Amino acid sequence: MTSELIVFIVLAIISVLAAVGLLSSRNAVYAALFLILNFATVAVLYLMLNAPFLAIIQISVYAGAIMVLFLFVIMLLGAERLNQAAPQPGLRWQRPLAIGLGALLLIQAAYVFITRFNSTTVAPNLIQAGPMEIGLKLFGPYLLPFEVTSILLLVAIIGAVVLTREK
Amino acid sequence: MNTVSPYVLLSAILFSMGVIGFLTRRNAIMIFMSVELMLNSANLAFVAFAHQWGQLDGQMFVFFVMAVAAAEVAVGLALIVTVFRSKKSANVDDLHQLKG
Repeated sequence: MTSELIVFIVLAIISVLAAVGLLSSRNAVYAALFLILNFATVAVLYLMLNAPFLAIIQISVYAGAIMVLFLFVIMLLGAERLNQAAPQPGLRWQRPLAIGLGALLLIQAAYVFITRFNSTTVAPNLIQAGPMEIGLKLFGPYLLPFEVTSILLLVAIIGAVVLTREK
Repeated sequence: MNTVSPYVLLSAILFSMGVIGFLTRRNAIMIFMSVELMLNSANLAFVAFAHQWGQLDGQMFVFFVMAVAAAEVAVGLALIVTVFRSKKSANVDDLHQLKG
């Protein structure tokens, strides 16, 4: 059992437990903090997968900016208490059906991944994924998606301002 | 480890939990967080495959997914704030009519 496998198992258990906490928590702030824990463990997994720049981006953009936005909105609205409203009478079957379908999806995906990818080994040439290589890719072959992304972010800014404007 | 299948398996587990959260929770903010969980698990699969093939393109896709997620969160949370102002609730069951 290599040390990498031990680290992976510990991180996987933490991230799955954080996801369970996210799904089961009764307080929206706790749920957001569990999600941040999940993002942090995934960032460490990125480091193990030879993607150090993405790991930093994951921490600063995902666990930083996006989750701060979430916490800001939760506290702005005062919507911390998730009083689990009783489902409407016609929708009682929805929860067990959703859990069953989610489990079915997991079984299918796990079956495909295990049967199709288990024999494939990692390519011997390890990629260098520092900021320079990422930047060369971003402003080379991926220039058009990069520009489209900037327009998308501009549209999102304008949309957020227009939607929250007081009448 | 000389195979990335454990990472992809973890990604599948996290994605399924995001699906379950999306389908079972009634609060709009919790639904959004479940969507974030799903996007994040897809990113993990992208990075794992980039590692497997020794190519950088998978990591580039993660960048664009992150940018789209940021835009989606900004617009989605603005929508939740607007809905909360008019309905005094973030429960999606209360939003059964298109009238504002």
